[in-house]
Amino acid sequence: MNWRRSALGIGISIPILGLLAYGMTLDPRDIPSPLPGREAPEFALPVLDAPDTVRLADLRGEVVVLNFWASWCMECRYEHSDLSLAATMYEPRGVRFFGVLYNDTPANGRAWIREMGGQTYPALMDAGSRTAVSYGLYGVPETFIIDQNGVVVHKQIGPITLSRLASLLEPLLEGEAEVSS
Amino acid sequence: MTRIIGYSALVAALAVASYGMIAAIVGVKRREAALIRSARSAAYTCFGLLTVANLAMIYGLVTHDFSIDYVAQVGSRATPLLFTVISLWSALEGSILFWGWVLAFYAALAMWLTRAKLGALGAYANAILLFVSGFFYLLLVGPANPFGLVSPVPMDGPGPNPLLQNHILMAVHPPLLYLGYVGMTVPFAFGLGALMSGRLDDTWLRVTRNWTIVAWSFLTLAIVAGMWWSYEVLGWGGYWAWDPVENASFMPWLTATAFMHSSMVQERRGLLRMWNMSLIIATFLLTILGTFLTRSGVISSVHAFGEGPIGMFFLAFIAIILVFSMVMLLGRSTELRSDGHLDNMASRETVFLLNNLLLTAFTFTVLLGTLFPILAEAVRGVKVSVGAPFFNRMTIPLCVALVFLVGIGPMLPWRVVNAQDLRRKLVKPALAAILVLAVVLTVGMRDFWGILAFTFSAFAAVSNIQEFALGTAARRRAGGGSWAESLWGLMNANPRRYGGYTAHLGLIMMVVGITGSSVFRLEREATVRVGEVVQLQEYAVQFQELWARDEPHRFVVGARFDVLVNGRLSGEMNPRLNYYRARGSEPITTPAVRTRAHKDLYMNLLAFEQDGSSATVTVITEPLVVWIWIGSAIIAFGAFFSVWPRRRQRATVRAPRGRHEKAGVA
Amino acid sequence: MTISTLLVVVALLYAPAQGATPAAGQAPTAEAVSPNQGRYVEETLLDRQTREVSSKLRCVVCQGLSLQDSPSQLAQEMRAIVREKLEEGMTPDEVKAYFVEKYGEWVLLQPDPRGFNLLVYIMPVAILFGGAGFVFFKARSWTRRPDDGFAAEAADEEETELTPR
Repeated sequence: MNWRRSALGIGISIPILGLLAYGMTLDPRDIPSPLPGREAPEFALPVLDAPDTVRLADLRGEVVVLNFWASWCMECRYEHSDLSLAATMYEPRGVRFFGVLYNDTPANGRAWIREMGGQTYPALMDAGSRTAVSYGLYGVPETFIIDQNGVVVHKQIGPITLSRLASLLEPLLEGEAEVSS
Repeated sequence: MTRIIGYSALVAALAVASYGMIAAIVGVKRREAALIRSARSAAYTCFGLLTVANLAMIYGLVTHDFSIDYVAQVGSRATPLLFTVISLWSALEGSILFWGWVLAFYAALAMWLTRAKLGALGAYANAILLFVSGFFYLLLVGPANPFGLVSPVPMDGPGPNPLLQNHILMAVHPPLLYLGYVGMTVPFAFGLGALMSGRLDDTWLRVTRNWTIVAWSFLTLAIVAGMWWSYEVLGWGGYWAWDPVENASFMPWLTATAFMHSSMVQERRGLLRMWNMSLIIATFLLTILGTFLTRSGVISSVHAFGEGPIGMFFLAFIAIILVFSMVMLLGRSTELRSDGHLDNMASRETVFLLNNLLLTAFTFTVLLGTLFPILAEAVRGVKVSVGAPFFNRMTIPLCVALVFLVGIGPMLPWRVVNAQDLRRKLVKPALAAILVLAVVLTVGMRDFWGILAFTFSAFAAVSNIQEFALGTAARRRAGGGSWAESLWGLMNANPRRYGGYTAHLGLIMMVVGITGSSVFRLEREATVRVGEVVQLQEYAVQFQELWARDEPHRFVVGARFDVLVNGRLSGEMNPRLNYYRARGSEPITTPAVRTRAHKDLYMNLLAFEQDGSSATVTVITEPLVVWIWIGSAIIAFGAFFSVWPRRRQRATVRAPRGRHEKAGVA
Repeated sequence: MTISTLLVVVALLYAPAQGATPAAGQAPTAEAVSPNQGRYVEETLLDRQTREVSSKLRCVVCQGLSLQDSPSQLAQEMRAIVREKLEEGMTPDEVKAYFVEKYGEWVLLQPDPRGFNLLVYIMPVAILFGGAGFVFFKARSWTRRPDDGFAAEAADEEETELTPR
């Protein structure tokens, strides 16, 4: 055995093992969105069961909570009551809540809202998922928080809770907006 | 009870493997034959214990014993019996249990076949085999224990992952894969045995030569069965997506293929000793790395089994194996220096060197592409993807070059080439290549690499067939008999060579199938109402009705289409969506495939109106797909043929070969 | 079983009965297919560009499949968006840039060959050519060595058993 060369073997192994060990610390499913900190993509979406159209441009000066959901989405059920409650709490303070129906039919959406016991904020229709894609949506539920200047300050993947919403909205309403992702 | 028997068997196996490993090493150090013998018995005992554990699990699955953790995880009373049995390998713990069984079988077989013949080398190989086995038993006793207790005992379970119970190929692909993957442990163990014992001649190589070929054949079949499965189940009409799991099975295949060729150079010329050792170590490490990547959640993948503490165990295991084999390999590098010599640059040896170069570059490219997302995130902090477009762009040229070598190799004799012979042998393959080139250009093919792939395939096919033809003709002249008899006699006289050429022909078929199905693939997506027609080339499919069927474990929705070929009714196709009750709402597709030798018609149901009025389908035509499946069977036939045990008829067998060699297969 | 599955199941239990009626008495014959209906046409430039761009973008809901290959609903819609953007006059690169802006570099199935990413393209080529040089010099040195390598001559091609004699 040539032990000096053997030592070289350890030297070769270490970077490979280091890379694998580093890989173990990563979550391949956690893909950061490039959106927070940027201007929120414009949209003009019809309201479900109403003749109105909601345009983001008209909402400057107000904080917007944009929640993407679908009737076939299980996790959307968990966050629905929190969202409805948050909407009643924050609407008076100038926060606008919208639920964008993703990849679903109006009939299914309507039935779902009825089943969940109503919804305190308008549901919007997104035909062909154009708005969903422009917000870089992976799935539902995802929730975007847009500040008074039309900048995305937060993207929530998965169900959102009342306390999370409160901790995100309060600073915005007090004018100390911070960008987080 | 079943639970306790199974778990006890695993604990016992861990103890026995640990003992056997120590006994083998101490036995060599103290020169105690009795200890070495008892270490060998440990290998047999482990196989017995793993058999008990696996049978216990199968019994638990079949009897729906939901007190067993694994059964509660993948079992369900509604699942058909066959799928219940094969759910043994449909989730992490069960697949490791099955892995342990296969490994124990191989280890016991290897020890039995080499018993008392190899001295220290064999004892060290046994120690390595028991160490690797022991690692898997440790997983089974600890973090991946399939026999955990569930309390309270559930009444029913969710059944296996729907993707894995949706097609019969799932009964075939995993066992083949494990037979191939795990089989690579044996040559590795004997290689390390050689390094540890210092017996660095060709012994380890000769002992494990056939192992490698058998494991390689299983791996080939497994990879193709996996391709076929994704073609028949996933619904996108493709069979290879360069998914990390696919890459993980492909990399050891590439290095093992390189090894099968380069080991011949060592046997013949005494060259490449260090290289062959490196290749067999790399092959084994790549099987473990692949398992780590897909079982630890480092890289997400369609087939990934989910995460857990198991990743840390694998990492530690890889660290031990990698460092130990690197230390042994480099420590012995001066002793592994080649004592051989090449007569001429233009010889078969050189083609094998080039083959190894290309396969190494190929493996490196796939490995780099698979790991690059981790590297990029480490360096740049940005997530990137490396997918099919990258791999295709980087590896297709290598594939095409390899096909060319498959054609050139058999023409060149060992040692020195005779220019006249070579020229004579080049004529027919070259003509075939030119003819095919002219045809594909005439029919309007414009894909550069596709054209080259077809052209070189023709060249390589004729070149390999020519070897059979020349050999058969020579044999007929010498001994008479019919063509078929002479051909069979020729193949049996030199099974390794002609088995190899047969495998080449299978590979060429696969290349033709892959090229044809990817270059000439046509796809159309449409939403049709009842009675409406989608037309694609000579095919027209007419939507007849939407049907639904209630089965115990799933609900099936199908769309019935009549298939018309050139306006003539030619059967029906029923692409389906399956809703597995216990597993949420995401439906699993079952595409309808109409397979013909020249072209497949493939239909996938994407969506439907709930009143049955319309359906959205993808219609795909893919020429020559079936050649891929047939080609792989031919490869496996060739490989198994080359190692099939024959009665030794040295005198009668040698004579024709001697002539054959001298005449340069003329 | 989830509620949505249940809905589908319930909807379908009576669906076939309705769906089957129009087709029931209709024997599929050659006449049922009008000859020029949906004939295969040469793919247009737009078709080709859509296919090329879609095959280089990652389907965001599947694992590792491209937009082109994925049968998922979102991928279908994203393909439609690719086509729209191309129709609007965006170049293929601009369409890719649009998706990168929304989903990050991750959405490209083939890393953008710039900066650090160049490594993934250069290293395989470097290995290939470096290896070729190495093999050449090694082979040349072996051909120059005096003939002492008869050890391997005895290698026996017929040996088919696992074990050595």
